[in-house]
Amino acid sequence: MEFLAFLVRRVLWSLLVLVGLSIVIFAIARIVPGDPARMALGPTATAEQVADLRADLGLDRPIVEQYGRFIAGLARGDLGRSLLNERPVASDIRDTFAATFELVLFTIMLAFAFGVPLGVAAARWKDRWPDNLVRVFAIFCAVTPGFFLALLLQILAGYVLHILPTTGRLPPSMDFAADITGLVTIDGLLRGRLDVVLEGLRYLLLPSIALAAATMGQIARITRSSMIDVASQDYIEASRAFGVPERVRVFKYMLRPSFVPPLTIMGLEFASLIGNAFVVELVFAWPGMAAYGIRTILQKDLNAIMGVVMVSGVFFVLVNLLIDVLVGFVDPRVRIRGRRA
Amino acid sequence: MSQALLSVDNLSVDFSTYGQTHHVLKNVSLDVPARSQIALVGESGSGKTVTMKAIMGLLRQPPATIAGGRIFYDGRDLLTLPDKERLKLRGTAMSMVFQDPMSSLNPVFTIADQMTTILKYADRRLDRQRNGRDRLARVHEVLTQVRMRDPERVARSYPIMLSGGMRQRVLIAMALLSEPKLLIADEPGTALDVTTQAQILKLLKDLVEARGLALLMITHNLGVVRETSSYVYVMNKGQVVEHRPTAELFAAPREDYTKALIAAVPRLTGGTRFGTAEVAP
Repeated sequence: MEFLAFLVRRVLWSLLVLVGLSIVIFAIARIVPGDPARMALGPTATAEQVADLRADLGLDRPIVEQYGRFIAGLARGDLGRSLLNERPVASDIRDTFAATFELVLFTIMLAFAFGVPLGVAAARWKDRWPDNLVRVFAIFCAVTPGFFLALLLQILAGYVLHILPTTGRLPPSMDFAADITGLVTIDGLLRGRLDVVLEGLRYLLLPSIALAAATMGQIARITRSSMIDVASQDYIEASRAFGVPERVRVFKYMLRPSFVPPLTIMGLEFASLIGNAFVVELVFAWPGMAAYGIRTILQKDLNAIMGVVMVSGVFFVLVNLLIDVLVGFVDPRVRIRGRRA
Repeated sequence: MSQALLSVDNLSVDFSTYGQTHHVLKNVSLDVPARSQIALVGESGSGKTVTMKAIMGLLRQPPATIAGGRIFYDGRDLLTLPDKERLKLRGTAMSMVFQDPMSSLNPVFTIADQMTTILKYADRRLDRQRNGRDRLARVHEVLTQVRMRDPERVARSYPIMLSGGMRQRVLIAMALLSEPKLLIADEPGTALDVTTQAQILKLLKDLVEARGLALLMITHNLGVVRETSSYVYVMNKGQVVEHRPTAELFAAPREDYTKALIAAVPRLTGGTRFGTAEVAP
């Protein structure tokens, strides 16, 4: 009951943020200097052509009406058409988003699966060799630029060792369309194509390692410091005095109170990678939204830019909502304090 | 060797930090007979907490080393006991009541979760068979013993949902879970207001007397000493400087340090006379 109230409050806040986000995106798109119609048509177009396109895009209407149309379109899942190739922006984004989402999801899972245990080990053997090793490794991961790691992995695993594929999501010879969720591995599972799942994972591995390294380093470091902080708390000493075994103390009494900072970092990274994965996507020819977003920006394709930014923003809000709920689940103080406030 | 339930015999403990060795405890001896209420009093840094940790086997070694002496519990020397045997006593036969109710409970688990976990591993150490439901029943039982009006609700609660006084009572209940013979109380209630602390001490005293437990009260508060003990050890700079029946000590303190400690108690009439107690390093 108490948890439900917490959940409802969080969802309402997120809705409010989304409304604010749509206003900001719309305002920025209208405020930036330069006429989108002119930019799309190029310097050789006549004034009539530009005026026609402006009318076509509704740019000649009052600003409030334009916003109303923008919102109405959003509600229908219509993000307008690309100014360059007339294709509906929504369908381009749908295809590319699925690819990026699959990549980033796998990346975050990797970062978390390795980062948290490394942090726990470092904290458990603080100032001894496992700790020193983890700290050096984590710093190294956190400061290595993604594109450098991407190229390194590609050269090493792809061209020297020939063990992993280096471009795309699936071998071209494989006849498979991810048309249920758009995620190759999930759709492979749903269609019962285990060969597709395995190939999909093979293709995912290199780009997601390249993306995951920095996040994993962060998570390992934050888990370590959070665990060390909790380890010095009275309640840990108390559980020791009551004879609770070390294994339980570390993995239950220490890990759970330490879990909020890594969870928060994970959420932020998850959301920002959706937009920031483009370097790795370009290196591995991954048909994702981050790379698509960069292309649209370079081509000044206004509707597509707004679409990409809006989708990234919605995703950011959703992930943070999810993380808030998880944090409330992990730490009762969050949901109980929220109720009192 | 005495017949006391707990007997600390010439215990010396050193701490090594940054290449220097500090003699933190110097030949400390004290006896806690069964069913007795003993106080160990001293200012911060006098060595009372180290004594307590040594008894409970909670000293981190390193930096601490036991330089000499013995600690007998029920006739067995704890310092030479194998780890496994020692663990069978910790939190079960001898149990601690923690000082700070605000920080001694894990904030992210319910009271029931924390208490049944303690009980589960105590049962395991002692080869006791008991299922989860019986453990929860035992938790409700001890919560009732510390005079919780609604033990089931308290058990379901997270620490943040309880008042300081209730949390302190939960800490006492935790110590009672496995029916110890010796309770070591580390300044319980110091973090609470005076009225609540008085209630907690009264509760603790009643419980100890009703169940025939031995109590070792570790405190810097002479008021607490007077109310909760019949015999008192005074510590200063890692040594026991005076030990006598409580009433005698207050009537006619012998050592200058004890006199200074008594003189340092603030008085309601005003004009606190801060004594000339030598401050430990």
